[in-house]
Amino acid sequence: MDFDLTDEQRMLSDSIRRLVADAYDDFEQRKTYRAEPRGYDEANWQKFAEMGLLGLPFAEEDGGFGGGPVETMLVCEQFGRGLVVEPYLATVVLGGGLLKRAGSAEQRAALIPAIAEGSLTLAFAHQERQARHDLFDVATSATRDGDGYVLNGAKGVVLHGDSADRLIVSARTAGGRRDRDGISLFLLDPTTPGVTRRGYATQDGLRAAEVVMENVSVPAEALLGPEGAALPLIEQVVDEAQAAICAEALGAMDVLRDLTVDYLKQRSQFGQPIGNFQALQHRAADMLVATEQARSMAMYAAMMVQEADPTARRVALSAAKALVAKNADQLGKDAIQLHGGIAVTDEYKAGHYFKRLTMLAGLFGDVDHHLRIVVAAGGLPEAA
Amino acid sequence: MDLRYTPDEIAFRDELRKFFRSEIPISIRRKVSEGRALAREDYVTSQRILHAKGLATPNWPVQWGGQDWTPVQRYIYVEELQAAAVPQPLGFNVNMVGPVIATFGSEAQKQRFLPSTANLDIWWAQGFSEPGAGSDLASLKTTARREGDEFIINGQKTWTTLGQYADWIFCLVRTDSSVKKQAGISFILIDMKTPGITLRPIITIDGGHEVNEVFFDEVRVPAENLVGELNKGWDYAKFLLSNERIGIARIGMTKERLARVKRLARETLAGEGTVWDDPDFRRRLAWSEIELKALEITQMRVVAAQRGKASDKPDPSSSILKIKGSEIQQASTQLLVDVAGPYAMPRPDRDEEGLNLPSVGPDWADAAAPLFFNYRKVSIYGGSNEIQRNIIAKAFLGL
Repeated sequence: MDFDLTDEQRMLSDSIRRLVADAYDDFEQRKTYRAEPRGYDEANWQKFAEMGLLGLPFAEEDGGFGGGPVETMLVCEQFGRGLVVEPYLATVVLGGGLLKRAGSAEQRAALIPAIAEGSLTLAFAHQERQARHDLFDVATSATRDGDGYVLNGAKGVVLHGDSADRLIVSARTAGGRRDRDGISLFLLDPTTPGVTRRGYATQDGLRAAEVVMENVSVPAEALLGPEGAALPLIEQVVDEAQAAICAEALGAMDVLRDLTVDYLKQRSQFGQPIGNFQALQHRAADMLVATEQARSMAMYAAMMVQEADPTARRVALSAAKALVAKNADQLGKDAIQLHGGIAVTDEYKAGHYFKRLTMLAGLFGDVDHHLRIVVAAGGLPEAA
Repeated sequence: MDLRYTPDEIAFRDELRKFFRSEIPISIRRKVSEGRALAREDYVTSQRILHAKGLATPNWPVQWGGQDWTPVQRYIYVEELQAAAVPQPLGFNVNMVGPVIATFGSEAQKQRFLPSTANLDIWWAQGFSEPGAGSDLASLKTTARREGDEFIINGQKTWTTLGQYADWIFCLVRTDSSVKKQAGISFILIDMKTPGITLRPIITIDGGHEVNEVFFDEVRVPAENLVGELNKGWDYAKFLLSNERIGIARIGMTKERLARVKRLARETLAGEGTVWDDPDFRRRLAWSEIELKALEITQMRVVAAQRGKASDKPDPSSSILKIKGSEIQQASTQLLVDVAGPYAMPRPDRDEEGLNLPSVGPDWADAAAPLFFNYRKVSIYGGSNEIQRNIIAKAFLGL
């Protein structure tokens, strides 16, 4: 049992922290990034590339740095602290996670170096309106047509799908809408005829898109991984994304708690700092308890995402997500309440942290969804 | 970062697990598992088996029977002990007075008390709380007046857990009332057979006799029974209370109880199936399990952070363990009541040891509600959860 980071991991965490502080400490900067054409700052993205963050989880022979879930946790925790708007989850964690596992040598060689150097972004076009949180629910179809496939269907709330240079699309090559078998992945250039994208801002200041595919022809080489057997891989990569989300939420929770506690010390009413009042002190104490429990579960997520048994992995990640989401929600609401009116203004930071936490809590399944998974499994997996 | 145990730690765990389950009588472990009152002999038997193997006082200095374990090993020990439903070695002896005597006592006190304290030849009670000194412990009023070679004790202690079995009691007493309240307190050892001591049972809402009041009327105590320096008792008390960091959350015990809740829920008929088939029940159970997993890791983080550090300072993270640990313990006992359903109601008679006679309904069910009632104490004792929040606000958050 060992909770220490290696020297390399500590250095990584420190340098991302400095980078995020430089780019985001002045909260007005975030507004300007959001107003840029792609909805984030390309200069920041280049800095991430220079630091090696964009190639982090890829194998060294593919042009990456061979980082694992702990490294991803460290990155995302710092991004959570700064409410970073760049498409790291979409490109590196989701897209990159699928690509590095399912991609052929040619596909990896064509894309990973470009991702690592910051010249190519990805988005995972999987969510469909009727599916809600069920990863196996895919209606989009891919039918064989000569050597290639024709894609038809609609994907929703595709994170950073408006700016992504390549989409990874899930589509059925066999089976019915809610079958576990028959789902395949395709690499899609969004400029292909028949693809329409409608981009928009999300409530937390990031970007997403609705993607419609009408008779979109793709070549056989667009198939990513084995035909009809993508679901286990999708589940694994979404679990990795959940671990990253837990870490990102944790970083945001830490900052929002500190912001709240600082405010309690500064804001004076009835002739004294409101932090002198025990009713507020106890709620602030509960915020700390909530954060530490979330930190433990973010670590649990980073550990269990490496678990070989997919059922145990899934249940553990659902447990982690359920707790982090519940605590993030409670902490966010308490932060607003303890601040009072200032926290519901757009110009003050707290509300933006609250909004991001709310969206992270619901991403890839809300508390109820993940609790159902734990309940259906009869409880948590036994630890090794 | 690796949350898994090393092979050495697993071997250590397995050895303890085997020992606890094969050497401690199942009759005793069953009472612990079901949350029933133990007889004095049960504690003594269990602790002596542990002590013979060096497992009663691992946290003591090695020369007095302690073990040179890493924090992780100590943690594994506590977890396995609780998970096997072994009665914890008497806390008053091994976590409280023993370490205080070993650290601050005279050589004569060490020789006289430590071996018999470890073996439970002497049963200690704790004399801290008073009717007017609960969360505000330092306002205690029991006095010790020096007369020649003796202290004369007058006053009252309360919430004296298992005081009915005690041979000795360690007390905080006021030896100077002219100074700041914390600065006039001393730590003294008193033989319960001394004339002038009266013990009165307090029966709690679960019907049990677990706690007592102890009255001191002109009780004459040899001056040599003072521990450490006069008027330094508050420091020793803080040392003592900070000593119970590992195990305060009782994670192993709650794990064992939740496993039992699951087992009983699967056995207990409800309509066309069992209690286990009720999704609302399962959701609440799942939350307890999830919170417990998070707390287990929080506790491991605290343990890991202790490595190589002196641990005589109160650590605010123990407040987190206390708050969440007590909440989950209480929730687990409530789940048990829910599984028992209608058979949580019967309250069969008890014998003079406080043990239940054969049950009405399932043989475990009559113990469920008393345990739930009894466990209201865990968010009150050891510094109430509200005091813990005060500590967090002050020590962590600087409020």
